[in-house]
Amino acid sequence: MAAKAKNLDGAIDVELRHVIKEFDVPRKDNVRFRAVDDVSLQIRDGEFFALLGPSGCGKTTMLRMIAGFEMATSGEILIRGKAMQDVPPFHRPVNTVFQDYALFPHMSVLQNVMFGLEMEGVDKREAAKRAAEALEMVQLPVASDRKPRQLSGGQQQRVALARALVKRPQVLLLDEPLGALDLKLRKEMQIELANMQTELGITFVFVTHDQEEALTMADRIAVMSLGKVLQVGTPEEIYDAPNSRFVADFIGETVFLPGCLTRKDGMFGWVQFDGTTIETKAALSDTNIALNANVTLAVRPEKINLFAADGNVKFPDGSSDSAEVYKTGLRRDPDINIVEGYIKSANYIGTDTRYTVNVGGQHDVVVRVQNYGLRSDTSFTQGQRVNVFWDAETVRVLTQ
Amino acid sequence: MAAGMSLRRRKAVEAGSKGGWRLATPGVVWLILFFVIPLLFVLGVSFLSRGARGVIELPITLDHYARVFQVYVPVLWTSTWVSVLTTVICLLIGYPLAFFISTQKSAAVRNITLFLVILPFWTNFLVRTYAMQTILAREGLINEFIVGLGGEPLTLLYTPFAVVLGLVYGYLPFMVLPIYAAAERFDFKFVSAAHDLGANDWRAFWRVVFPMTLPGVVAGCILVFVPCLGTYITAELLGGESVLMIGKLINDQFISDRNFPRGSAVSMVLMGLVLIALIFYVRYGNRER
Ligand SMILES: Nc1ncnc2c1ncn2[C@@H]1O[C@H](COP(=O)(O)OP(=O)(O)OP(=O)(O)O)[C@@H](O)[C@H]1O
Ligand SMILES: [Mg+2]
Repeated sequence: MAAKAKNLDGAIDVELRHVIKEFDVPRKDNVRFRAVDDVSLQIRDGEFFALLGPSGCGKTTMLRMIAGFEMATSGEILIRGKAMQDVPPFHRPVNTVFQDYALFPHMSVLQNVMFGLEMEGVDKREAAKRAAEALEMVQLPVASDRKPRQLSGGQQQRVALARALVKRPQVLLLDEPLGALDLKLRKEMQIELANMQTELGITFVFVTHDQEEALTMADRIAVMSLGKVLQVGTPEEIYDAPNSRFVADFIGETVFLPGCLTRKDGMFGWVQFDGTTIETKAALSDTNIALNANVTLAVRPEKINLFAADGNVKFPDGSSDSAEVYKTGLRRDPDINIVEGYIKSANYIGTDTRYTVNVGGQHDVVVRVQNYGLRSDTSFTQGQRVNVFWDAETVRVLTQ
Repeated sequence: MAAGMSLRRRKAVEAGSKGGWRLATPGVVWLILFFVIPLLFVLGVSFLSRGARGVIELPITLDHYARVFQVYVPVLWTSTWVSVLTTVICLLIGYPLAFFISTQKSAAVRNITLFLVILPFWTNFLVRTYAMQTILAREGLINEFIVGLGGEPLTLLYTPFAVVLGLVYGYLPFMVLPIYAAAERFDFKFVSAAHDLGANDWRAFWRVVFPMTLPGVVAGCILVFVPCLGTYITAELLGGESVLMIGKLINDQFISDRNFPRGSAVSMVLMGLVLIALIFYVRYGNRER
């Protein structure tokens, strides 16, 4: 997605202010379930915005409130600065691609796409022409006089997209539009959709529970859990600087190590692993964490490096150094943490090998080592003594 | 249908090759014995002549059909408009009712309301029609009420109005049940989709809800219209001499006049009308969804 050259400093397209949605719990009087819990968000004009979270966290409910199918229990929703409180769905400048497409079964593909234009009062000939163009844009390879049920899932998805896009909405809401597709088609559509969004410049609000999908497609991501938005940020921010254990755990692979915050200095803190004397430096997710608080270190396996504690360390260029010399060299950088341990288990998974390294007797760190062509000798055996090291910036201190 | 055969056809063919037809044997035998043969018999008789004291005899003649279309056109006409009116009224009452029932959240409420709709079936049709008579009669419930208020009694019984009322009352469940089945299958996400695309409630109904429930509507209309066309008891008890419908005409031909050939001809014409209704059904009601 290097080709993304968007100006996202523009106006705010969709804004949610302290939005709460409660549902009645059937058969239980006065018990209300909060599907969306005090959410505030600002989605910018032309942005590809992903709502990411596990099943049942309230993503669809949020989308339905923006579309107008559901009224917020409290709070405000604004589109282009205009309060949407009293605006019915058919007057909102948004269109939806539904989770299961909801194509009209009694209409042909073309009629489905024409429907929205006819509702605007566009005459039939013009509507048919614009619908055919929209179908061309989504590259539907079949005759448009077919009925939706005669199409494959991927084709139906394209029709649903064309039906919404033909209306040229300011904001397009997409509810897990790729959820029903197989993996390969899904990957293709991810790229196609992202390109289409860049070209059209329409704001996309894209719901997904697939973190990889959100990371590859979105300009910004809101991570949700149990009706709350936990973090909003670019994919890089979300991945590299998760602000909570849930976000770190949900996005990518993370190993959590419990410890105690012993020292603070600006953006950094020193954490002593529970039950050991090992102390490492890491980036604070929140500079207000109190000293001596119980914290969790979030460690990404691919950001940890590994070398044998004894013998030589080999480098990609073929040269080598003794382990001791290498270690002393690394120590000169105050941001590098080096911890000794031994290989507990090794797991070969093709492109990488995953090593579980036991440090300090009771903590396991997972390290992912890429299997380079040049370094076939960098495999480690079970029980081998090793050093693991990482940059303080890549490890986050989280409150519990 | 690029493959040349619809799924339904293919299933039927596969089932047939596995001996599916043998399963239909009892039904086929039944239909041949009690439907096809008598029907052919009636058809044959309708072209014969009536002899002395009702004997059926040669020569072959088209007289009875000619007479039906010359003399009995008003009867056909009455039957048709009474049936159409009844069907329309049943539809106007039944459609919202069926949707109301199908959208009730609680299954208990749905079942109870459905039960109420079919409750009248628990008493005999004849009894219910007599009950209707006592309500509509000159000294009936309604008129007693009107007179009690100081008004003039109305002529309600033995009018087309009474017949339509009785038919609506009798056949409403046949309208409600198929529409209910269609309404229950209807997913309101399609209304959301229509709203999303800019349709207001009115257009969402006519462009999406109604077409998608149309098979239920057509089935209901057929189930009401066809028996109304041939109705006898209701027309006789509530319409009397003033509302002459086909069912009564057939009865008169067979029983009072003992004119079997002419009765047969009228029956065949009735069948023709029903057939027209069924062609409608096949055309619009049975579309694959
Ligand atoms: N109409 C409703 N009545 C009662 N509860 C509801 C209603 N709609 C949603 N909920 C509840 O609200 C919560 C959030 O639902 P929602 O459909 O927004 O989840 P989601 O994040 O879209 O999940 P998924 O990924 O499975 O689609 C769920 O627990 C759901 O049971
Ligand atoms: Mg959902």
